[in-house]
Amino acid sequence: MKLTLKVWRQKNSKAKGALESYQVEASEHMSFLEMMDVLNEQLIVEKKSPITFDHDCREGICGSCSMTINGSPHGPQTGTTTCQLHMRKFKDGDTIVVEPWRSGAFPVVRDLTVDRSAFDRVIQSGGFISVNTGQAPDGNAIPIEKDLASNAFDAAACIGCGACVAACPNGSAMLFTAAKVSHLNQLPQGEVEKTKRTASMVAQMDKEGFGMCSNVGACEAECPKEISIEHIARMNRDYVASIFGGK
Amino acid sequence: MSWITNFFSSSIGRKVIMSLTGLFLITFLIVHLVGNLQLIAGDQGEAFNQYAYFMTTNPLIKFVSIGLYVMILLHAVLGLVIYLKNKTAKGIKPTARNKADVKWASKNMALLGTLILFFLIVHMGDFWFKMKFTDTIPLVTYDGWEPIKNLYEQVTITFDNPLFVVSYVFSMLVLGFHLWHGFGSGFQTLGLNHSKYNKLIDGIGKLLAVVLPIGYAIIPLYYYFVMR
Repeated sequence: MKLTLKVWRQKNSKAKGALESYQVEASEHMSFLEMMDVLNEQLIVEKKSPITFDHDCREGICGSCSMTINGSPHGPQTGTTTCQLHMRKFKDGDTIVVEPWRSGAFPVVRDLTVDRSAFDRVIQSGGFISVNTGQAPDGNAIPIEKDLASNAFDAAACIGCGACVAACPNGSAMLFTAAKVSHLNQLPQGEVEKTKRTASMVAQMDKEGFGMCSNVGACEAECPKEISIEHIARMNRDYVASIFGGK
Repeated sequence: MSWITNFFSSSIGRKVIMSLTGLFLITFLIVHLVGNLQLIAGDQGEAFNQYAYFMTTNPLIKFVSIGLYVMILLHAVLGLVIYLKNKTAKGIKPTARNKADVKWASKNMALLGTLILFFLIVHMGDFWFKMKFTDTIPLVTYDGWEPIKNLYEQVTITFDNPLFVVSYVFSMLVLGFHLWHGFGSGFQTLGLNHSKYNKLIDGIGKLLAVVLPIGYAIIPLYYYFVMR
């Protein structure tokens, strides 16, 4: 299949970027990233600079790939990352617009790569459970009700890719932060530090310059792990409780 | 006190104030509509004028109305702050349009809210200001009453003008879209999201978004097309 790609090219975070057009011949069995690889090889042969983009596991679990394809983070297929999106989702002769994640808190490093370290700092501020080191505890030592475990697991499925921020018209990171808060706060191991965790993760999220949630729902529609905004409601509850009930 | 200022300057704190003020304003909309429907009671405005007299003179109502003005201002000013902050937070928008299945109203609350604010200024200038601060409204006397202001007459004069009728009806359409998103969104922000009640909250929100604007729009339409 013959495709026209319009890809965002930007030398560095300070340079002004623009969309550039490329022609690429791809097979419908290729993943989107493989198609990008083909294009890059073509560019290298032509002695042009290849397109920079993030990728790692290529099996939909690492959260590295980050492309806004035709306006949708991770492309048109719901519940999938860019690496798991296949070219059969497109038609021969299609024009595809490929842009980086768009958000003030995710500055473009080069081309399609953005700096997502803001997420790391949000995690560092409270997205963990403090435990003593030593041998790994027995997985079933603390009995947890199935529904609760499942709900926490739904939140834990977040791969931290940032599609929620890219999809949000406000550049808000509420779905990401909520997924982490909700995952840990619901489980007995995480409940101990619930108050402190929620307050500091929200504070860090605000400090990074992410926008405010206006319950548009674009994040849950675009999330490759289909995380529900129900988790945002839980974070809001825990946040209000942490401010008014905490020390 | 730093914890409380932290709360009010945090993203979630701001949104909580937006939802609390918004939901309060919806209760006002219900009360205001019930009162105003007396305008089409067919009694030449007797019930409505006596109600208007009560609403402008009762000390408790006067006290509550100050709260209402504060809520309106908070909701409007904070809404603007949130809009501007979110605009900066987003930065450059993608060139290609996102086709995610989201409500149009949800993405345009600031625009809808600004239109409602303009309407409120015009609307309060038409009635509230004239009623409270001027003597332009004619007086009327009912059995056993001192002469009171005939606000009903003022409404008749206003809705004689088709321009006012059109702008009032249009504003109610805008209000409907604002409520279509706002009611449910308010609950979600407060953390009141529960699979058992979500459908009910959504249903009530949509019902209010349809019934309230229609109820309000009936009044100018009735004056213009039926009573003239």
